[in-house]
Amino acid sequence: MPDSKNSEIYKTVDHLFRQESGKMVAVLTRIFGFPNIEQAEDIVQDTILKALEVWKWGKVPDNPQAWLYQSAKNKSIDIIRRKKLKYKIENEIAILLKSEYSLAPIVTEMFTVGEIKDSQLRMMFACCHPSISPEAQITLMLKTLCGLSIKEIGNAFLTNEETINKRLYRTKEKIRADKISLDYPGADTMPKRMDGVLKTLYLLFSEGYSSSHPEKLIREDLCEEAMRMTILLSENPKTNHPHTNALLALMCYQVSRFNTRLDDKGLIILLKDQDRSQWNKFLIEKGNEYMMRAAEGEMVHDFHIEAAITSVHANSASFEKTNWKLILTLYNTLLDRTNNPMVALNRCLVLAEVEGYERAIEELNRMKGLSGNCYYNSSLGEMYLKTGDKEKAKIYFGKALSLTSSNAETELIRRKINLCLSAGRAGS
Amino acid sequence: MYLFRGGMASEQAANVPADHMQKWMKWMESLGQKGILVGGEPLQPTGKQVNGSKKVVTDGPFIEAKELVGGYLIVNAKDINEAVEISKGCPIFEEDGKLEVRPIQKMEM
Repeated sequence: MPDSKNSEIYKTVDHLFRQESGKMVAVLTRIFGFPNIEQAEDIVQDTILKALEVWKWGKVPDNPQAWLYQSAKNKSIDIIRRKKLKYKIENEIAILLKSEYSLAPIVTEMFTVGEIKDSQLRMMFACCHPSISPEAQITLMLKTLCGLSIKEIGNAFLTNEETINKRLYRTKEKIRADKISLDYPGADTMPKRMDGVLKTLYLLFSEGYSSSHPEKLIREDLCEEAMRMTILLSENPKTNHPHTNALLALMCYQVSRFNTRLDDKGLIILLKDQDRSQWNKFLIEKGNEYMMRAAEGEMVHDFHIEAAITSVHANSASFEKTNWKLILTLYNTLLDRTNNPMVALNRCLVLAEVEGYERAIEELNRMKGLSGNCYYNSSLGEMYLKTGDKEKAKIYFGKALSLTSSNAETELIRRKINLCLSAGRAGS
Repeated sequence: MYLFRGGMASEQAANVPADHMQKWMKWMESLGQKGILVGGEPLQPTGKQVNGSKKVVTDGPFIEAKELVGGYLIVNAKDINEAVEISKGCPIFEEDGKLEVRPIQKMEM
């Protein structure tokens, strides 16, 4: 058999694996109960391997998804019949799994579109349970719901497989010990739990969006998975809150300029210099749509304000035509709410556009506790460079250079330092 | 205990349509949610019979298909009247089948 055909099949299966394994793990964990999650993961793993084995010799079936589901269904029914589960099933369908009258029908029903989505949402709430640390929440979510391999997760966190394995093991033990089930939170705890889920998705997205990670592919994957899950939340009336839509709008706007943030050599292109004609119009439109939906209701979340800021950028014709005053007002609100030093820092850069670079330098110098932050120093450097004070600019860019580990950032700062060294008028 | 006779309950599993199985499942699900359902199984329409002190083995089926016990279900009910009421939701009646309600005998030792 020619290699090209094999690689074609691997590509199809790889794509399917990502898409479908997360769904299947969620469904099977719902059927077996969370304590048996390893069993669910094993079945999915077996199913994928079997697909690879069978499809290698013939052609990929017309509906590979249905093939995978059927195979996973058969395996799980077999395991339930032979009582091979490590932990007793204790959920609302346990009694239906005990009788042959209902065993096959209930398992089949769990694999219908609506029930799959339901299981994914339940799984999301379990992964984001407040008793689990944010880092562990993201790890578990990437493994069980997004179908990422241990190696891929290790890459995403810039750590090794062993660390991720240990983290997953401890998290699963914790869930078993705390008896966290795959149920929706009750009406009283729902708002708080929803907030937790959204915050974790936001973190996952930011992890992917941050430019500090060396591998572009992994970053896009993380953003895509975070979006996929937020969309899932927005599709269910139980979880389709204005906050969900605000987060989704924020994500759409951010991703719309994903491809213009780096040049073909992998170097960072600043917002000012990005080719706006290359921003993804479809995603900006989607962002605007979600923004409209986010406006329903009276509660304002930080996501609303962050989304509003990115919305102004996304819908501006050029850097110069940006409504900086509006953005500054939004930053003031956000800063009041969060008191987050990074928000304060970003606000200063907006202030520079509204009230001038000197004012921004003044405020930046007044900020405390950020002298060890790369972004803080490079921002100050940039402000000084803009005012023509190349000496001071050089000092701050030098500090920033010693504080970054990213190749793209290093290169950007080096260029700035070169500007400081060159004669003539300053400017980027 | 409910004993099912006739209807689809007497068919081979492969001949039972999926929507029919879904109906049974839904009924059992509703019993399960109310804590009524204890358990039960469908039976194949074949089998063997072992007879008398000589333990003579003969092949089934033994009687007409519609009289054959096709399965059983055990439910919690406070008395036979309640059990009869509950049984009226059973999908077997849509197929003109029969259902026999029998209280389980508690043996005193």
